[in-house]
Amino acid sequence: MGVTQAQQPGKARLLSEATRENISRIALNYDSAQSVVMPALYAAQEQLGYLPDQAIVEVAEILQLPPSEVGAVASFYTMYFRRPVGQHIISVCETLSCALRGAEGIMEHVRRKLNIKAGETTADGKFSLNSVECLGACDMAPVAMIDGEYYGNLTEEKVDEILMGLGL
Amino acid sequence: MENILFKHLDIADLEKLDVYVANGGYAALGKALKELAPAEVTGLVTRSGLRGRGGAGFSTGKKWSFIPKDVDTPKYLTCNADESEPGTFKDRELMVRNPHQLLEGIALCCYAIGAAKSFIYIRGEYAHQARVMEKAIEEAKEAGYLGRNIMGSDFSLKVVVHRGAGAYICGEETALLDSLEGKKGWPRFRPPFPAIAGLYAKPTVINNVETLCNVPHIISRGPEWFASIGTEKSTGTKVFSVSGHVNKPGNYELPMGVTARELLFEHAGGIWGGRRLKAFIPGGASVPMLTESDLDVRLDFESVMAAGSMLGSGGVIVMNEDACIVWATLNLSKFYNHESCGKCAPCREGTYFIVQILKALEDGHGLPGDVEKLRDVATNIDGRSFCALGDAAAQPVKSSIDRFHEEYEYHIAHRGCMVGRS
Repeated sequence: MGVTQAQQPGKARLLSEATRENISRIALNYDSAQSVVMPALYAAQEQLGYLPDQAIVEVAEILQLPPSEVGAVASFYTMYFRRPVGQHIISVCETLSCALRGAEGIMEHVRRKLNIKAGETTADGKFSLNSVECLGACDMAPVAMIDGEYYGNLTEEKVDEILMGLGL
Repeated sequence: MENILFKHLDIADLEKLDVYVANGGYAALGKALKELAPAEVTGLVTRSGLRGRGGAGFSTGKKWSFIPKDVDTPKYLTCNADESEPGTFKDRELMVRNPHQLLEGIALCCYAIGAAKSFIYIRGEYAHQARVMEKAIEEAKEAGYLGRNIMGSDFSLKVVVHRGAGAYICGEETALLDSLEGKKGWPRFRPPFPAIAGLYAKPTVINNVETLCNVPHIISRGPEWFASIGTEKSTGTKVFSVSGHVNKPGNYELPMGVTARELLFEHAGGIWGGRRLKAFIPGGASVPMLTESDLDVRLDFESVMAAGSMLGSGGVIVMNEDACIVWATLNLSKFYNHESCGKCAPCREGTYFIVQILKALEDGHGLPGDVEKLRDVATNIDGRSFCALGDAAAQPVKSSIDRFHEEYEYHIAHRGCMVGRS
């Protein structure tokens, strides 16, 4: 699938050349430009940490799609961030299998340590905390996903250790 | 019982291509490409009795046979690796520990249906698993098991890993297709079925990871061998994911038809904390709960259905006597409320009302008549939305009221819980 790289004159671009090249390379895997939206949003988010409006517009430009369609995808899926997030993202699973093994206590402990609620980011921009649905790792409940990696069989001590490793 | 899909428990480093090949890997694909016509591969799968492991249990061979033949249009296989059904974590292990088994199954299916391209739709959270699959695809391509002219034949296949981004609904096969087309994951109205108009409106097969992992074994060892495992109508093994209140949570590959008692007590180490079993959900969160009196139910499609539930994904969530049923049902209902995609009003609105009523009960503000109201809302979601998410949301509510009515009434009468949780 071919994509365009037209540049609007006089407007600073947010997405780097590397990200644009990455998106062009990914596009070769698909039979339609619209199918590239999800991986392209991931690529943009990887560079920027989140997806500001300008990133949505630029992805739409590259794929020659209306920005509204790209924006609709970005807001439908929970793993795309439309607002800035912390340097470290902590997602604690609270669905039944984890809840039966003490997820509520783990969440409460993380909340106290970071002094924020689920859905918030610490004032120094270092940590974001989310409550998430089943991560597909109920064999190691309770589970959290931290910066994309899974941590299982969590205890309060283990959480302290992990957070210390992240500079808390 | 011999490990079939879970051979990685017996053979170290089976995720490596050379180890996989040294243990008979890609021999089934070689055999099919050399000796079997595409329709013969489908025929063998049909005769094996293999049924979809994603939850619905539809005949895999029959599904493949619905793909139009002799039409000059692209066809696709989409492997459903979205694995988001609460309590289910088997595909995660299958992909990480034996990625080539899945790729061989994908290649065999694509050969059978005439597809030159396959997508693996993997949930966004499985970033590590996506990397493992991508690496395995590259290795297989270099060794000639994927790509152009596979193993010297004129069959060519490109496999692409596509990552989801955190939406349970995308495990529903038509929502998955919309997502793969770069849209919001919203389920489609059927007909047309994906076999006629699926991805990009082309004929498409959608199969679960575990389903496809069975295929190389069926081609290598024959449909009779496969059908000799399990029960008459539910053939082969099933990978059961057991979680919650058991001593040894984990994945267990056992013949279809194993009893819940054997699975929970002989394999999963018995009930956690030396307590009594209260309830178990046999097929992922979306199926009705069963109780201690159902322990001798055989875990196959027919027997679980006869017991009033469903085999579903085989994700077994176990609750001991310390678990409050109202609390557990609220937990699951919050999940469905959060994951309802919003397309159909009964599901979108109904899941919200269920959560509100259950919250009131759990917080001690329940009123007489609330249980009837709950059942009424659940009944009005069930069967009234485009996809199965609405039906799924109704099951925990209806089944828990049916089986644990007194716990609900206790919450209302005593403004608290009879097991002392709240």
